[in-house]
Amino acid sequence: MSSASRWSAGVIPYAEMGYWRPDYEPKDTDVLAAFRITPQPGVPPEEAGAAVAGESSTATWTVVWTDRLTSYDRYQGKCYRVDAVPGREGEFIARVAYDLDLFEEGSIANLTSSIIGNVFGFKALKALRLEDMRLPTHYIKTFQGPPHGIVMEREYLGKFGRPLLGATVKPKLGLSARNYGRVVYEALRGGLDFTKDDENINSQPFMRWRDRFLFCMEAVDRAQAATGEVKGHYMNVTAATMEDMYERAEFARDIGSVIIMIDLTVGYTAIQSMAKWARRNGVLLHLHRAGHSTYTRQKTHGVSFRVIAKWMRLAGVDHLHAGTVVGKLEGDPGSVAGFYDTLRLDRVAADPRKGLYFDQDWASLPGTMPVASGGIHAGQMHQLLHHLGEDVVLQFGGGTIGHPMGIAAGATANRVALEAMIKARNEGRDVLAEGPDILRAAARHSRELDVALSTWGDVSFAFESTDTPDVLETPVSI
Amino acid sequence: MRVTQGAFSYLPDLTDDEIAAQVAYALDRGWPCSIEFTDDPHPRNTYWEMWGLPMFDLTDPAGVVDAVNECRRAHPDSYIRVNAYDASYGRQTTALSFIVHRPAHEPGFRIDREELSGRRVRARLHPYALDRPRKAG
Repeated sequence: MSSASRWSAGVIPYAEMGYWRPDYEPKDTDVLAAFRITPQPGVPPEEAGAAVAGESSTATWTVVWTDRLTSYDRYQGKCYRVDAVPGREGEFIARVAYDLDLFEEGSIANLTSSIIGNVFGFKALKALRLEDMRLPTHYIKTFQGPPHGIVMEREYLGKFGRPLLGATVKPKLGLSARNYGRVVYEALRGGLDFTKDDENINSQPFMRWRDRFLFCMEAVDRAQAATGEVKGHYMNVTAATMEDMYERAEFARDIGSVIIMIDLTVGYTAIQSMAKWARRNGVLLHLHRAGHSTYTRQKTHGVSFRVIAKWMRLAGVDHLHAGTVVGKLEGDPGSVAGFYDTLRLDRVAADPRKGLYFDQDWASLPGTMPVASGGIHAGQMHQLLHHLGEDVVLQFGGGTIGHPMGIAAGATANRVALEAMIKARNEGRDVLAEGPDILRAAARHSRELDVALSTWGDVSFAFESTDTPDVLETPVSI
Repeated sequence: MRVTQGAFSYLPDLTDDEIAAQVAYALDRGWPCSIEFTDDPHPRNTYWEMWGLPMFDLTDPAGVVDAVNECRRAHPDSYIRVNAYDASYGRQTTALSFIVHRPAHEPGFRIDREELSGRRVRARLHPYALDRPRKAG
């Protein structure tokens, strides 16, 4: 397009305004994004990709002469590649490069206001999904990241060579503070490392936060005395205001808790504030991804959880729920492996089987410990170890508290199963193939595990996943 | 009571062959092993006494088991653990740690509670083992 027509008043296609740049070579310093776009009928995919690049950077719907007061080429998002998605008609992956100058240092709020700000409601697209991002190391170095990270958490707790174990207190609503603390004590003395407030346990009429914290801390202290191990209860400090959250976090610190938790619903800025507080105060920070499925689950619209995982590692949390593969909540094995790699590794290679579109170098930012929670039990220990590895918190809520012999017995069953599986793996056995045998052998010296296996041994959740990588068929059972 | 620190405390005590198998796993990954002992099992007692230096150049698991047995003979009333250390970039920390010996009687812990204002309690974990007179030397 000639210079004169580019600046004529009126509406011209985004592609012709410079947002479609198939010749552009992304710079090492660029922020890259991969969007799944579903254009409206009649909209060419390149134009749709250019529109996404435009609406997530400098453009508005019409030509503005004030662009000419800037070095606008630098600030324009550049759609540099569009590929049809095999087997899914009408869907395309558009890759967009953004100059680093578009983003404020160390601010998830600013990054997301650009990348997912206005563009998701854009009418020329039927649907839009942010699949992945490549964050340049130059940008990563402007973030604090996890307050402690996986290595420091293990050194802090003195626990090495095995996944950590946890459980969410159930029923999650209605217990008095004193009864709630009883569940914490039983689960921790029985062998779990952590217990957890659920996402919607904040400070309700049936149990106020301060009462809960006091009874839970008594339970933690007693369990430490009963076992000689460091124990923790994720004290949920989620509240209406930052002032309330700081008050609750400071109280948890003062009574000796090693860990606090917040919900994703508090917002990106609040998460970053709590991350700084957590590093300043030496308290681990657990994040529950409450609400994420509203925008992560559907394949054609929203934001992939792998992007949320990237943002949360940057924002700085020590724990993040990232799927179980075998449990009751959404997550196919390839996608979940991509989430876990994103949280744990220093360098992550692009891998379509895991839904990873870009190489990502974390530049030594500490790793976030993934948490597997929701419908898992001791009888799946070999599958959990196979899919999720060693740096993970395995949380068995119902699988601990629902044990017929009691909560402590449920905790012991999980711990025996875990230690037996780690020991067998280290001895060179194929745990995925021999897992059921290893568990049965371990149950011969643990009545708790024996009862757990006969109660839940056959339970599985074999439903088809909705959010899967494009290159693999969806497995319906594991 | 049974102190449940380490990776395998919920299983029956490991035999020497089972200890050797875990050591072999560590050595295969290039993780040198070390042996530590203590009479104070407080969970915040990070620095147990070192039974010699980490065995950086040892490649035979039997050598570690021999050293464990020497340590057992010298400190039968202590806790003894084997650690494997991963020096690779990104870890540079302990990769595996498990208890291989315990005192015949594990006395456990009591809590000393200090009652503060506003129903707060400061709990101090006190290992009963520390109440016994320590052996000279």
